[in-house]
Amino acid sequence: MGQGILLSASQEIDFMIHGVFSYELFGQTVWITTTHVCVLIVMLVIIGFSIAAGRAAKHASDVPGTFQNIAEMVVEMLDKMIGGVMGKFSPRFRNYIGTIFIFILLSNISGLFGLRPPTADYGVTLALGIMTFTLIHFNKFKHQKVRGVIAGLCDPWPIWAPINVIGDVAVPISLSLRLFANVLSGTVMLALVYGLLSKIAIVWPAALHVYFDLFSGAIQTYVFCMLTMTYITDACTTE
Amino acid sequence: MGEFNTNFILGCSAIGAGLAVIAGIGPGVGQGIAAGHAAAAVGRNPGAKSDVTSTMLLGQAVAETTGLYGLLIAMLLLFVKPLVP
Repeated sequence: MGQGILLSASQEIDFMIHGVFSYELFGQTVWITTTHVCVLIVMLVIIGFSIAAGRAAKHASDVPGTFQNIAEMVVEMLDKMIGGVMGKFSPRFRNYIGTIFIFILLSNISGLFGLRPPTADYGVTLALGIMTFTLIHFNKFKHQKVRGVIAGLCDPWPIWAPINVIGDVAVPISLSLRLFANVLSGTVMLALVYGLLSKIAIVWPAALHVYFDLFSGAIQTYVFCMLTMTYITDACTTE
Repeated sequence: MGEFNTNFILGCSAIGAGLAVIAGIGPGVGQGIAAGHAAAAVGRNPGAKSDVTSTMLLGQAVAETTGLYGLLIAMLLLFVKPLVP
């Protein structure tokens, strides 16, 4: 940080993304950063859980064991949440919403396990926002046809079209920035506590972890998925 | 670009960052209003507590966005230092 504001402890405060190693690709230097490593770890955890859950579902017994119970609980909870918002469209989007829900939740709470949360990197959340944006507009064109889309753009009057376009483009940006800034603020706050108050930061930062990592992370996951579902349902609905 | 200019820009960036997080006032008021109305709604109809709570949290998280924009600007000014040449 060099000449940063926090001159007194600029060496210990560490919440930036670091490069792990770099390689040359078509004349460009591409960095593998800590975000990639953390995303990989989260991915491996999810893949391991999924494989184990699939095996448990294949050998499912009438009296479920502990692991089968957990897997069924997760799936039922996601199904209930998605079905409550999307109604008749829920079967088609269950995969996507369930996947991003589990991914974002694990990413957000990975700060608890000493990783830098992957969602505190704008590259990750922007990718999630763009995926949602693509889904919204694909379904809009699919269900409302071109006529419906144009009619929606010229909603009150045709002169309103540029403002409607701005409103459409703002959706992925606000979605991704909301998630990013929330997780980043938690990361920065904890880095400041550990960096500046390292002498007295013994047990009580656990309370901050519970708030910033668990509570805030879960709320933001819920909000991201809820808004995604609302937007997609809105795009699928034909008047 | 001399030492003085860089330090001057850094100081002004710090002032700008401080001004940017004033944006936190709006979401604070908004979230308070939302929580107050949610409390009133639970008082009127305690059976709908879980629905009211989830709706309140969703609305609060959306209202929080503008404050987070201010926070982002402050972070950019402090740590990315876009104005320092």
